[in-house]
Amino acid sequence: MPKVTVDGIEVEVPAGATVMQACEAAGKEIPRFCYHERLSIAGNCRMCLVQVSPGPPKPQASCALPASEGQTILTDSPMVKKAREGVMEFLLINHPLDCPICDQGGECDLQDQAMAYGRGGSRFDENKRAVTEKNMGPLIKTVMTRCIHCTRCVRFTEEVAGTNEIGALYRGENMQITSFLEQAVSSELSGNVIDLCPVGALTSKPTAFHYRPWELKRNDGIDVMDAVGASITVHSRTAEVIRVTPRLNDDVNEEWVADTGRFAVDGLKERRLDRPWVRVNGELKPASWGQAFEAVKKALAGVDAGEVAALAGDLAAVEDLVAAKDLLTGLGVTRLESRTDGAAYEGPAAHWRFNTGIAALETADLILLVGCDPKLDAPLVNSRILKAVRRKGAQVFRIGAGTEPAYPITDLGNDLALLAKLPADLAEKLAKAERPALLIGSRNASAEVLAAAHALAGQFVKDGWNGFNILHTAAARVGALTTGWVGEGLDALAHNPPKLLFLLGVDEVALAPFGGATKIYIGSHGDRGAAVADIILPGAAWAEKPGTWVNMEGRVQRSLRATFPPGEAREDWTIFRALADVLGIKLGYDNLDQLRARMAAEWPELGREGLTPAAWEAAKLKAGKPAGPSKPRATDFYSSNPILRASPTMRACVAEILEGRVPQLEAAE
Amino acid sequence: MSDFTDFKWSDANAVEAERIIGRYPKGRENSAIMPLLWLAQYQVAAQTGVAWLPLPVIEFVAAQIGMPKIRALEVATFYTMYNLKPVGRFHVQVCGTTPCMLRGSDDVLRACADKGLKKGEVTNDGLFTLTEVECLGACANAPMVQVNDDNYEDLTYETMTAILDDLIAGRTPKAGSQIGRTASCPEGGPTSLKEIA
Ligand code: SF4
Ligand code: FES
Ligand code: FES
Repeated sequence: MPKVTVDGIEVEVPAGATVMQACEAAGKEIPRFCYHERLSIAGNCRMCLVQVSPGPPKPQASCALPASEGQTILTDSPMVKKAREGVMEFLLINHPLDCPICDQGGECDLQDQAMAYGRGGSRFDENKRAVTEKNMGPLIKTVMTRCIHCTRCVRFTEEVAGTNEIGALYRGENMQITSFLEQAVSSELSGNVIDLCPVGALTSKPTAFHYRPWELKRNDGIDVMDAVGASITVHSRTAEVIRVTPRLNDDVNEEWVADTGRFAVDGLKERRLDRPWVRVNGELKPASWGQAFEAVKKALAGVDAGEVAALAGDLAAVEDLVAAKDLLTGLGVTRLESRTDGAAYEGPAAHWRFNTGIAALETADLILLVGCDPKLDAPLVNSRILKAVRRKGAQVFRIGAGTEPAYPITDLGNDLALLAKLPADLAEKLAKAERPALLIGSRNASAEVLAAAHALAGQFVKDGWNGFNILHTAAARVGALTTGWVGEGLDALAHNPPKLLFLLGVDEVALAPFGGATKIYIGSHGDRGAAVADIILPGAAWAEKPGTWVNMEGRVQRSLRATFPPGEAREDWTIFRALADVLGIKLGYDNLDQLRARMAAEWPELGREGLTPAAWEAAKLKAGKPAGPSKPRATDFYSSNPILRASPTMRACVAEILEGRVPQLEAAE
Repeated sequence: MSDFTDFKWSDANAVEAERIIGRYPKGRENSAIMPLLWLAQYQVAAQTGVAWLPLPVIEFVAAQIGMPKIRALEVATFYTMYNLKPVGRFHVQVCGTTPCMLRGSDDVLRACADKGLKKGEVTNDGLFTLTEVECLGACANAPMVQVNDDNYEDLTYETMTAILDDLIAGRTPKAGSQIGRTASCPEGGPTSLKEIA
């Protein structure tokens, strides 16, 4: 533990710390552009210069210099001041200084640091260099003349995304950042380079020239486009969500968010259900809330409680699920189901959670993927696997098909039978592995797969390490499972179809088997579910309601309301509350606090944010042997829920990134 | 072959490429990128008469050592020794760095210009490309040019003109010092180390 002195303050730093970290430990701010905590050290911008002795009599880059015993570091000496001014002046020589028309303005490191450390004027009166714009696809807008060549974007795509798509071509004054042949950047995490870029070289294309950062209201949210539950900040202006940026959460998303979570917010404005609808003579007709509730009451009057069922979709907050469940239980309805992808998990929480934990997955030494495709199912889990591979030398095996991930993988074949009969080589490695992790895709978690997985888990689940994981894709799933939305299973339900079916934002299920049922759809978007519904009750999308979300690990997180639902749409739980009055049922809560108290009373872990670990219980599941190919993803990465499907930006991603179509330029107005 | 997408090593170069890769430890095959690109540029020259690296060739080399394409392209664009565009049959690289400049590289450039060579362009007959480069490490014999694999040193306007004339006529000019020095011995012969000079 070296002791160093920073501006007269003595600090002790962990071995291997850099001078920059030592300065931070002493409470000194060191300006920087290229250095980033989560990327490798490049040391190319020179903004972090400090004076260090012993050492050469010149300023040194603190981000790349190890702190060592007895160093005296100065961060505010005349030498340092002059060095910073000099670096700043050089950086600005080839920078266009076009802040008034730059989207980064107001949240730009270059702008801020030029104000704080620059000399306030330029002595350069030659021509500046200019760099042509580069196409990086529908998400990232480039203004490459602004680039200061910090290479953060290059290192991110290599180290975190693992896709190696962006590089620095040519050298010296001619250096240019570009994707290979200016292809659209295809990584599912590509949007993060926008946050990383310390200047306005990479900005968000869909929102170009739409806002200034200081106009936006910020609310904490949770990304619900997949089951990772990334922490996000939702930026809104008046009634509109403008953008989403990631929020620091080391346990879940570090400081990244997937492109679906970041860019699909324009889907919140499209195809919205903003009033109730009731089907009259085969045709959906606009209705008032009163008429819609009457229609529900009438539909319920004609059927037995046993002939009523409810399905929970992928985007329902726990509040919605609990209120709906309370209402239905009040009616005597017990057929509630959330496993709409056909999964068969049930029982104790450890049997359907991502038990290892997203952050701890980094420490696994052997990873077996079964019928899942982490790159698309949960890009942020995939980047943890990449870390396990790169840093810990983890080996990854796969049963089932999937995309080419960013790390070496041993494909065992697309036959789930392999799970019950592992190849000898893998069985041996598994026996030797200290921290093996098994990732089972939710859509492939059939009773047979689970039985084989439980038999396997017996070998490696031990004190302090639970490697049994279900890789969920639906943000609502674990919350629904927690609150008891587990019934007979989708297949059984389809074989014995109910007469009346409540759909809580269910759009990913083939509803054909329920053709004979009266369908009541409660949700936010006019998508597949609403299209076949008989009664539509318009609900709020995730950004429009305060909600509790339980991610695949079982981590309880809360998100705040950023905007209000459009038109006559209401927060979903209040719909059930109002319906309860119409149907003469008492739910026992009138506001959100009471509802949350009710949730916490039955499921204490829902009462506070955070993770309550679930203990493993061995189960000998009785089912046959798994067989046959794995079920692939039902959709591509950019279309897996109604919000994504409604989003023009996500459509552009499908066209340009997946189908490789060249964007049509719009004529100038 | 015209678009180079079916580029493959010649038999001899395939062996050579393996030998080059073998120089680096396992898992560090990427280190072989520079000599491999160089080898590929030679092969393209042998096959087409023009030494350059078409994109598919760079991709081919990258694939052989498992290097992401963009990383290989970064290397190829960083170093001026790799030609990303077709050059003339003779790539005339005139050193313009200070020692050569002081010793008359302007005259050398003028000789080139008078023969119709323009910087960065291929002459109409496809024979020449002129590039002004930085120090090529032969400063003691300044000014100098490198034409393909040979250095021509101690140049003047006249000797440079003569070299270009030879090349145009299909003759092979004498490489090395144009005033008869051996390597960089003093003019008039060595004054020390006589036995090895
Ligand atoms: S584009 Fe931005 S992140 Fe990438 S090198 Fe340039 S300044 Fe850095
Ligand atoms: S932050 Fe240290 S050199 Fe860029
Ligand atoms: S300066 Fe011309 S060879 Fe060195």
